[in-house]
Amino acid sequence: MNKNWPLWEIFVRSKNGLEHRHFGSLRAADAEMAMNNARDVYTRRSEGVSIWVVESKNITASNPEHNGELFEPAADKAYRHPTFYDLPDDIEHM
Amino acid sequence: MTNENLIQYIYSIADNSLILGQRLGELCGHGPTLETDIALTNIALDLLGQTRSYYQYVGELSKEDLTEDDVAFLRNEREYKNVLIVEQPNTDFAYVIARQYFFDVYHFLLLEKLMESKNVNLQAIAKKSMKEVAYHKRFSGDWLKRLGDGTEESHQKMQQAVNDLWVYTDELFHMNEDDKVVAKAGFGVDNTELKETYYNEVEALLKKATIEIPSTPYFQKGGKKGIHTEHMGYILADMQYMQRTFPDMKW
Amino acid sequence: MKNKENMNENEKQTKNLEEIFEAKIARDEKIEPKDWMPEKYRKTHIRQISQHAHSEIVGMLPEGNWITRAPSLRRKVALLAKVQDEAGHGLYLYSACETLGISREELYDQLHSGKAKYSSIFNYPTLTWADMGAIGWLVDGAAIINQVPLCNTSFGPYARAMVRVCKEESFHQRQGYEIMMTLCNGTQEQKEMAQDALNRWWWPSLMMLGPTDDESIHTEQSMKWKLKRKTNDELRQQFIDQTVPQADILGLTIPDPDLKYNNDTGHYDFGKIDWDEFWQVVKGHGMCNKERISARKNAWDNGEWVRDAAVAYAEKQVEKDEVKKAV
Repeated sequence: MNKNWPLWEIFVRSKNGLEHRHFGSLRAADAEMAMNNARDVYTRRSEGVSIWVVESKNITASNPEHNGELFEPAADKAYRHPTFYDLPDDIEHM
Repeated sequence: MTNENLIQYIYSIADNSLILGQRLGELCGHGPTLETDIALTNIALDLLGQTRSYYQYVGELSKEDLTEDDVAFLRNEREYKNVLIVEQPNTDFAYVIARQYFFDVYHFLLLEKLMESKNVNLQAIAKKSMKEVAYHKRFSGDWLKRLGDGTEESHQKMQQAVNDLWVYTDELFHMNEDDKVVAKAGFGVDNTELKETYYNEVEALLKKATIEIPSTPYFQKGGKKGIHTEHMGYILADMQYMQRTFPDMKW
Repeated sequence: MKNKENMNENEKQTKNLEEIFEAKIARDEKIEPKDWMPEKYRKTHIRQISQHAHSEIVGMLPEGNWITRAPSLRRKVALLAKVQDEAGHGLYLYSACETLGISREELYDQLHSGKAKYSSIFNYPTLTWADMGAIGWLVDGAAIINQVPLCNTSFGPYARAMVRVCKEESFHQRQGYEIMMTLCNGTQEQKEMAQDALNRWWWPSLMMLGPTDDESIHTEQSMKWKLKRKTNDELRQQFIDQTVPQADILGLTIPDPDLKYNNDTGHYDFGKIDWDEFWQVVKGHGMCNKERISARKNAWDNGEWVRDAAVAYAEKQVEKDEVKKAV
């Protein structure tokens, strides 16, 4: 038969208060196994307190060819950032 | 209850972890995927960690100032009190999983009771080990279901492994003289009380795994009295090779 | 005529993309899997990353050989954890490689068929416990020299895998050196065991840093793509310079009569490396080449029914869920 296990992406929260971060990927036949494998592969040194596993094929990723239209228009909107606004030097708490 | 009773009792728990850890150690690098290699090694490391805690405590109890390594490496075969199932070979992945699961369910029930021991050292080791073994049981149980209810081939292999290893399960609940004395003192566990829960749990999972529950008129026993299968001599020959070839050295 | 113009246009475009690509790397920007990349970049990375991954998992075998015989429980758990880390590192690297559009199974096929290479050092046998010390100290030492610069390599997934690998690997070399230290502080017999291990692993460790610069075909391109920051010869010199004082502390003798500190260069001069032996092992004629590959192949082939069973079981569960939903 020789069917390969699908690829899973593993997200780990290092400690409460922090977001889950992408740690890497691994192979597993089902979600339960992906969870167990993630625990064994990515938290051997107490790296985590919570794990998410997502089968890689379920992730929709943006295409770098569209980076221009997706991300560049944000570059000239300096007025979204606090440093855009001039204030007198002696003003405090702002 | 004497110290010697207690030491012997600890052997009958800790030697299981040592020998199973040793068996699992043989597999590292030879499993079906990297992921399973890593998982089984984690189990081996947990078991060897437990072994060390128990043996260090034996060291404290012993008159001769034994180290954990004296205990692990310098006994003769007849002095190891592990049950026969943990010394069975890694015939194939189905045997590895069946051996693990049969032992894990027992180990879990044992530790649950050992956490109530009147002996604070055993209590502490049991508490720590409990979490590890809860995971072992989950891992081996999941895999037993996968292989049992996977393909035709895996089903046959799993059934074969279960049939072959079933004869070693009854011994898990035997009590040698030391076990009895230590249990009576409230330090140890009365294994006979675990038996019913054990078989209920194991049989329920085997059923889920579509594995037939074997029936056998006879069970194997001996490990708890130091009478082992022929495999044991080779396990020890490997394990004690350095200690026996180069006596009295530090490594 | 029209066709030809189109072709030129295409070529121009590719050339343009390549220039943008190279400039990006020169600016220290990372390349991510879905970014455009020259075919050669993709192929080179598949080759190097997979070679690296193969080395990790083949490297489990010579050390795995001593797990059951480790002389103390402390050493046994450390060695097990180390060999397990190597499986983990193999896994991280295969995953990084897979982002380039090749599967772990295809990479395994390349390893099993002998098409892909792995570090030749793992084709030497591990004969005594001291070899566990020597491998940790020398082989991991040489590997770290190779690997640390790769944390900044241009391909994002490779760089990220290497950051994790290097972080985890830091205990490996110390573990090895501690074993050597204990032997050298032990009995005469133990010290001889340590010296013997150094004698056998020293030269292969030097070879591990690759052929000399004038023989190395990939260096220039690899430098540009930050797969390499220093040449093989520079890395080798660095390894020797840092290892000799460590051997002195152990009281061991490096098996090279020509080894001598050179006051003018500030480096150690060293003897001639037996490159014939190197190529013999690379070409598959080391003592353990056959055993290593057949061990890997057996693990994979004997595991097929297990992997299949897991897939079949997972499919059945999905079906059961669907039936439940339908009802």
